Amino acid sequence: MSLDLHADAPPDGRRPRSTRAESRRRLSLTRADLKYSPYLYVLPFFVLFAIFGAYPIAYTVWIALTDRSPLNPTISFVGLDNFVELLTNDPQFWNAVVNTFGMFAMSTVPQLLIALMLANALNRRLPAQTFFRMAIAMPIITSTAVVALIFSMIYAREFGLVNWALDLVGIDPIDWRANRFASWFAISTMVDWRWIGYNALIYLAAMQSISKDMYEAASLDGASRRRQFWSITVPQLRPTIIFTLIISTIGGLQLFTEPLLFTSGAGGISGGSEGQFQTITMYLLDVMNTRFRWGYAGAVALVLFLLIAFMSVVNYLLARRISSDK
Amino acid sequence: MTTTTLRPPVRQPGHRADRPSRGHRAAALWKASPLTWVGLVLGVILSLFPFYWMIVIASRTNDAANSWPPPFLPGGKLGENIERVLANGDANVLKGLMNSFLVSGTITVATVFFGSLAGFAFAKLRFKGKNALLLIILASMMVPIQLGVLPLYILMAKLEWLNTMPSVTVPFLIGGFGIFMMRQYAEQAVPNELIEAARVDGCSTWRIYWHVVAPALRPAAAVLGLLTFMEQWNQFFWPFVVLADPANPTVQISLRSLNTAYFADNSQIFAGTLIATLPLFVIFVLFGRQIIGGIMEGAVKS
Repeated sequence: MSLDLHADAPPDGRRPRSTRAESRRRLSLTRADLKYSPYLYVLPFFVLFAIFGAYPIAYTVWIALTDRSPLNPTISFVGLDNFVELLTNDPQFWNAVVNTFGMFAMSTVPQLLIALMLANALNRRLPAQTFFRMAIAMPIITSTAVVALIFSMIYAREFGLVNWALDLVGIDPIDWRANRFASWFAISTMVDWRWIGYNALIYLAAMQSISKDMYEAASLDGASRRRQFWSITVPQLRPTIIFTLIISTIGGLQLFTEPLLFTSGAGGISGGSEGQFQTITMYLLDVMNTRFRWGYAGAVALVLFLLIAFMSVVNYLLARRISSDK
Repeated sequence: MTTTTLRPPVRQPGHRADRPSRGHRAAALWKASPLTWVGLVLGVILSLFPFYWMIVIASRTNDAANSWPPPFLPGGKLGENIERVLANGDANVLKGLMNSFLVSGTITVATVFFGSLAGFAFAKLRFKGKNALLLIILASMMVPIQLGVLPLYILMAKLEWLNTMPSVTVPFLIGGFGIFMMRQYAEQAVPNELIEAARVDGCSTWRIYWHVVAPALRPAAAVLGLLTFMEQWNQFFWPFVVLADPANPTVQISLRSLNTAYFADNSQIFAGTLIATLPLFVIFVLFGRQIIGGIMEGAVKS
């Protein structure tokens, strides 16, 4: 058997004869194929996005201007009333905003700093470097639900691991759910545990694309390693730091599962006895599913989105300034 | 609509050219100092300890789990606790496991297929409005699901999908992340000449996709599949909203049911978390390198 290098050619070199009409039809088919195939290939996304993405978003804007509720037989247009009430006369919403931002700041800053340090360590000559990378990355395979349940027990008031460790060094046990800052701290560590490794890998990848010449030149000039880290590595990582900051902002302001499952029992959505760790997303579902004020929930969703967009821009500008000062 | 936890950064086309290829990547400049070692070992311990702790509690009786000082070594009750979890009628963990496999599997297959098709179109085909459409896809990745959650919920109610699997499957069959990742890969992995040659040979666009492009995209498809499966398996927010009936949960939602019991049975809860994590643990052990490679590849920007 001989090797057939032109698999597409008919085996015995005989091409099927085509009439003129047939070849014309084939040509127009080819033209249609060239013209319409690309649209066909991208169509599935746009169909799904139109139905399950764009339409709900547009509808949210409309709902937020009404008093729609499954309890109301008629829906009336109320203009900006929902927004006015939300911003001027809703202490529970502002409580949720403070909680969300508090936990966001408490988790993001150490998360990115520790990730940066870890990445710098992983960027050294190491034996078993794959083991280290995998061990550091492993928390990302757990779901936020699993993380929340494990840490709930670690932070239990009685028999909890952290309180046991505190007891060893002579500190009184802390009621991690009752105290606002304690609960924020506990929830922040849940977020950090899951995401530090992920961010460290992202920083590591970016560090490895920094040219070695810069470090060699700096070494020749007598710059210490610490100096090199702050004067070469960090500025070179600027786009990556901005990226991780924005990702953390989007994730942090949507915080939901960890605080929800921090309370066992059915009342999780209220975020503690006095809402001390209720986040904006929890409040959104609270309004939607417990109070059935759907129009109002629409307003909460829109304000949350605006906050996320605003914070992303602020982070971007901040990160740009900090690094270009160097 | 997406809630990707693993998002692609906005990469400049052609960035790969400026980067040394994997084979030429120089070794790190410095050896690790003792302080670095301390930090690394501490990091590894903190990363792995909760997994170990999960096994410790999942293999103890509830009394032992709630004792003082807390137990630090695994006990012998793992099988018993797992049986109790699977028999727990309030949580339906077994049903949840099956549902999660079904949902995550379907979404993974669809995402890889539609993502590679659309990624191919955006990378290699010419059509009007391409850039505008790509911009919409990028923008769609920035929008949190919370923004549309209420109308989406109403829509699901109208479709009579509440408490059924289509509600957590259909909206996620293809997302911006998959398309964008495949486009980035297709741009550099498939030479234009190859596509032109196939055209000259009379291949239709579909045949080019199936015989030329799809095989070349296989490595990226594997990574996208892994990341998609992990992400979908771990979904909580949207299933929590639409799967309120505990009779038909995904596995993450059945964990929530375990936790809402009046008397929290920690050894049972931890056995549940172990069951919910095990499939991903297996995937991580088998494909950890690819997953890490995918995260790192996706992160590098010019």
